[in-house]
Amino acid sequence: MNAFKTWFHKLGSPPFFYEFAGYLRPWLWVGTVVFAIAGLIGGLIIAPPDYQQGDAYRIIFIHVPSAWMSLFIYGVMAISGLIAVVWRMKLAEIIAMESAPIGAAFTFITLITGSLWGKPMWGTYWTWDARLTSELVLLFIYLGIIGLYHAFENERQGARAASFLIIVGVVNLPIVHYSVVWWNTLHQGTTVRIFAPSSISLSMLWPILAMMIATKLYYGVSLLGRARIAVLERERGKDWVRQIVMEGTKDA
Amino acid sequence: MKPIRKRRLIFIGLILFAVTLATTAIVYGVQQNVSYLFLPSQVLAGKAKTLQSFRLGGMVQKGSILRHAHSLKVDFVVTDGDATLPVQYTGILPDLFRANQAVIATGHMQGKRFIATEVLAKHDATYMPPSLREAMAKAHLKNHVNVANAGGAK
Repeated sequence: MNAFKTWFHKLGSPPFFYEFAGYLRPWLWVGTVVFAIAGLIGGLIIAPPDYQQGDAYRIIFIHVPSAWMSLFIYGVMAISGLIAVVWRMKLAEIIAMESAPIGAAFTFITLITGSLWGKPMWGTYWTWDARLTSELVLLFIYLGIIGLYHAFENERQGARAASFLIIVGVVNLPIVHYSVVWWNTLHQGTTVRIFAPSSISLSMLWPILAMMIATKLYYGVSLLGRARIAVLERERGKDWVRQIVMEGTKDA
Repeated sequence: MKPIRKRRLIFIGLILFAVTLATTAIVYGVQQNVSYLFLPSQVLAGKAKTLQSFRLGGMVQKGSILRHAHSLKVDFVVTDGDATLPVQYTGILPDLFRANQAVIATGHMQGKRFIATEVLAKHDATYMPPSLREAMAKAHLKNHVNVANAGGAK
């Protein structure tokens, strides 16, 4: 436990994080590619067509994992945002701020893929039901966070203000998740459940789960890459950054 | 924990509490007053009387789908188990539209009939291959289980 605690404290120091993230990224890339290929082949080729929708249902292999990511990333941002506001930890600010564009991208993908599926199946691209509306609100919250962060001259001030917005926006998460339960929505209810049998065949379920792991790993790749650059930018006056930059120019 | 951090944590806790309280009130209020759709029994009870146009939700009754020749006009009956309402629609129906499928129709009442301007089909959140579907239907037939035949009307 103590060793973990020291390691965790060490991870909070920018030079150590920079190095550690650099080592971790290639491995995450490998995992992402392996799981994404498995998931896509499983979902687009191996999985049988659906009894009602035929092949059109295959959009769920992108749509559902993206939708989960749009909520998961917000959860990560909320935790690091809380740490950023209360403990003023520099790295937590970076994690929260650099996650926002990734989360916004996944939310956007969710909305677009859902809308493309909705036209042939439901009969409309868009309807103002609770699930669709709350997911759109989530996208606006993401964009608001990104905008607020960049509106400040000082990065640390901007990150703290945006972290505040993240924490307030947390109330939208249960609304997105439970909207299909609380209201009569056009959007269907939950198919993949943890505490009850899922209403989906196993041959269709495993590619979704593979894609879920792939999207999580991709988030790791993307976040660590963005965070490394952000760390360098914020610490630009420090010696260790100068050393890295000098080494880089020597190699070139 | 340092006092200043404790103060910040309490401050954030209070804000979160206030925001959650406000949201719960809004969600609860919206749930009570805003209805995305009305069921046939609610419509017949006059709940949608004040609205010029509203959404009607329910299942398409089996055997009620009637397509007019030479036009896109379709007649069908929507049921919620308690009451039924005849619906008329002119246009292209979504892929998931079929007997025993949940639909949401937007439109208005004309006499005793609901004239829809838009018909949306709801997905039941079940995914399975057609072969499994057939096997299940056979098993149900053997055991005399009366299943809603979702794949019925094409």
